[in-house]
Amino acid sequence: MSILVRNLSYNYGHKPVLKDLNFSLKAGFNVLLGPNGAGKSTLFSLLTGLFESSQGKIRICDFDLIEQKRATLPLMSVVFQQSTLDLDLTVKQNLLYHASLQGLSSEAALTNVEGILVNLQLIERLNDRVRQLNGGHRRRLEIARSLMHKPKVILLDEPTVGLDTDSRLLIIEHVRELAHELGICILWATHLMDEVSGEDELILLDRGQIRAQGSCNDLCNLHNTNGLFQLYHKLTQNPELM
Amino acid sequence: MNIQQYSYCFFGVVKREFLRFLQQRTRLLSALIRPLLWLLVFAAGFRAALGVSIMEPYGTYITYQQYITPGLCCMIVLFNGMQSSLSMVYDREMGSMKLLLMSPFPRPFLLMCKLIATAILSLIQVYIFLLVAQIVDVETPLLGYLAAVPAIFLIAFFLGALGLLLSNLIKQLENFAGVMNFVIFPMFFLSSALYPLWKMKEASLWLYWLCDYNPFSYCVELLRFALYQQLNLEAFIVVSVSTIFVSILAMFSFAPKRESQRG
Repeated sequence: MSILVRNLSYNYGHKPVLKDLNFSLKAGFNVLLGPNGAGKSTLFSLLTGLFESSQGKIRICDFDLIEQKRATLPLMSVVFQQSTLDLDLTVKQNLLYHASLQGLSSEAALTNVEGILVNLQLIERLNDRVRQLNGGHRRRLEIARSLMHKPKVILLDEPTVGLDTDSRLLIIEHVRELAHELGICILWATHLMDEVSGEDELILLDRGQIRAQGSCNDLCNLHNTNGLFQLYHKLTQNPELM
Repeated sequence: MNIQQYSYCFFGVVKREFLRFLQQRTRLLSALIRPLLWLLVFAAGFRAALGVSIMEPYGTYITYQQYITPGLCCMIVLFNGMQSSLSMVYDREMGSMKLLLMSPFPRPFLLMCKLIATAILSLIQVYIFLLVAQIVDVETPLLGYLAAVPAIFLIAFFLGALGLLLSNLIKQLENFAGVMNFVIFPMFFLSSALYPLWKMKEASLWLYWLCDYNPFSYCVELLRFALYQQLNLEAFIVVSVSTIFVSILAMFSFAPKRESQRG
């Protein structure tokens, strides 16, 4: 199992943000769907070890995230909702900085990522400053960077926020292909229903609780709903539209 | 992780700090202009008014410029440490701090890499300042330049660690101005950087005590003696203990957020 979460809860002060989450994810493309404020970013902070909860367990590729953190972190990569690129450095300098933080040599890092940079049309922009890239290219660069140390699990927290439709579709299709080609586990958090396809494994998070988990098509059949929009409203009864 | 991977990480972090320093072209200029103004304008004006009698480690009468030079060197290191703190706050606001915190290397090691990078940058700026200071006849024994290297490193570590600690206490970039008013200015003015402490004692006893309890005074004295190839043991001990204490606090402040700690 790539990601295993058991009885995970998290509070901000006295306010519960995540309540007794249980789920497991295998290799492939998985979607964490929930409206703003559902707890997606908090869950990501817990899955990446930036936050620690005293309640529940997280295992990544069979390693306990808290107790075996240094063995776990090299196996995973994250694309955060907020860009983590250094705008004043070039594309190459950003990649190499990340590589060094993963203990990779410059040569190994560039070799690992060369093919991906070609696919993402970034290879000719290696010496451009990130500030000169548009939003879509910056996101692609972050995705390329996340693959550099060959992780087994990649977490993407609303990576298409602020992008136009074409860029969004291009990125999501590319990530889907990567999940299948590389056999890695991808957890894609979003609040946009058009980013979910019928075959995707879905976790529906609402107000800190998981309302459903399974293949999107199966869940629609199981709950006798006509598509994701109906499914969402039936399971959450959340008046907030996504 | 093996030693080679640790070395990749170390050089990667140091290189990034250097690249960022080079990107900010005005940073070196402002780092030099500030102490040079003190040296060329302030010290020249006060030279006539303030005489400095024979005192350790100087074997003879010295000019006021000569006296304040170690203090101004420490000022450069202090500002650089705070600049590093500002850069950490910026990194946190921009999100790139998460990248550092998600590295599989131990956090104390990552923070040490940052401290070493800050120390090297401080060292370079101090030596450029000392070179320019020779124009106004601030002379340092040649071997003193060499003897000052470990002292500057230790001071830079202390002030860099203080900067790291502050970067976790400052929640927004806008609050950084407070650091100027509540950290940099009091540390600098309530120290032996601009006047010997015995002179301060004559003026006000409570001010003297404040200066005497200020670890920055010991930074200045450590460097003053090192530039004359002497070790001020008391200053060395105070700066070393302060460095260890502040570093431990800084390391703890970078621990993962536990529940009930929103920020």
